[in-house]
Amino acid sequence: MANYSTNEFKSGLKVMMDGEPCSIMDNEYVKPGKGQAFNRVKLRNLRTGRVVEKTFKSGDSLEGADVVEVDMEYLYTDGEFWHFMATDGSFEQHGASADALGDTIKWLKEQDVYVVTLFNGAVLTVTPPNFVELEVAETDPGVKGDTAQGGSKPATLSTGAVVKVPLFINIGEKLRIDTRSGEYVSRA
Amino acid sequence: MLFPGVIFMSASWNPTASIENLRARADCYRTIREFFHQRQVLEVETPVLSVAAVVDPNIEPMQTTEQRYLHTSPEYAMKRLLCAGSGDIYQICKVFRAGEAGSRHNPEFTMLEWYRLGWDHFRLINEVAELVRLLLDQPQAAMEIHRYRDAVSRFAGLDPFTATDDEIAALGIQLAGQDLQLGRDGWLDVIVSHQVEPALPANTLVFIHDFPASQAALAKTRVTAEGIAVAERFELFWNGSEMANGYHELTDVVEQRHRFEQQADGRPLDEQLLAALRHGLPACAGVAMGLDRILMHRLQTPKIRDVLAFDWFRA
Repeated sequence: MANYSTNEFKSGLKVMMDGEPCSIMDNEYVKPGKGQAFNRVKLRNLRTGRVVEKTFKSGDSLEGADVVEVDMEYLYTDGEFWHFMATDGSFEQHGASADALGDTIKWLKEQDVYVVTLFNGAVLTVTPPNFVELEVAETDPGVKGDTAQGGSKPATLSTGAVVKVPLFINIGEKLRIDTRSGEYVSRA
Repeated sequence: MLFPGVIFMSASWNPTASIENLRARADCYRTIREFFHQRQVLEVETPVLSVAAVVDPNIEPMQTTEQRYLHTSPEYAMKRLLCAGSGDIYQICKVFRAGEAGSRHNPEFTMLEWYRLGWDHFRLINEVAELVRLLLDQPQAAMEIHRYRDAVSRFAGLDPFTATDDEIAALGIQLAGQDLQLGRDGWLDVIVSHQVEPALPANTLVFIHDFPASQAALAKTRVTAEGIAVAERFELFWNGSEMANGYHELTDVVEQRHRFEQQADGRPLDEQLLAALRHGLPACAGVAMGLDRILMHRLQTPKIRDVLAFDWFRA
């Protein structure tokens, strides 16, 4: 990969920092009137999602990271890997480990499309769409007439995720869930 | 979010500053000219292109095909005027520094520089405060003067003169998040820019003076009663950003040549300046002020392009 100098650090650039692939979030040039010039850089570790702040001497460089984001459809799991296929017509397939999937495993539904981040050709992370539609596999029976407000109850979805839902929801219903908060939005 | 916007706008013919901000710049120049006219300080103009550049290793000059340098500050030429008997002088000019592009920096920017004969840096500090209060439209702004030693001790918890190199590097590495392999002064710059500057009181003209002698540039040095070598230099900070840099000017030509030779790193020395100093620079204090910064604070914008008719990416 190419090397990038501090003056090429732009938001979204993927670089290697301490052996980890990172995305540049922010780059601020700092120059004392008489003294060394610096760049104060915010980077997000693409594996852990953690944000770090690092200062560089202006003109220092980092190696670019071979990171690409691909839209992929979830196919199936063999128990060890979860398999995805590119939706761009290339039929390219990749298997993601449980580590790479992280919390996304709760929102995996066959034929839904996810953003798969590849690092050196291997799956680094899998990002679900902001909203998914999943079926209720298990919950207490719905309470008739209680459609407006009132309490909530836990429901287990087809993927195993547990979300809080209104009391009127029944087994077999399809729900719209916000994957960022893990919260029920509406009936689908 | 921001980045695509920047690309889109850089393709545009439009100014980066609003017309209102251009008016604020014109007002600022008029205020400065009136200020110095009343004080009988002479406005001068010196060449933008010259045969020698500054020798400051932290400033990278731009060069033309005729082997001339675009000046990074008008300091050398203005000192030659002082040696020739100009008396008090000031200049508003564009200066150029390669690679200094960022949201708060433009490689081409506007500097106000002035010199006062027979003054020391403390007297100049008062005049700087008076002018900056006018330019920022903050007539009541409080003012504080701290020694570099006190400011760093108070806000970074170590004495910049007596702490060991290792102690200074350890704090620097912690603040930078990595080991940048810097010398003592480099790490002190990290400590000041990362820890001290953000901690300075808000809406207050904060002058820091008596820098380490190793950061003297063209300022006089002296040994204090406590036995530490300091440079008679000051910097002005306003709400965390550096606005001006002033010196009680070095007039000793032998010492000046020595400092040039130490720092030159292959760049030609300004022999014309040295010849002028040999002729004699009157005792004086001088200061350089970034006018774009002043305007950014006056107009309360963190982006330098908001105060430039056309920034670097649209020039």
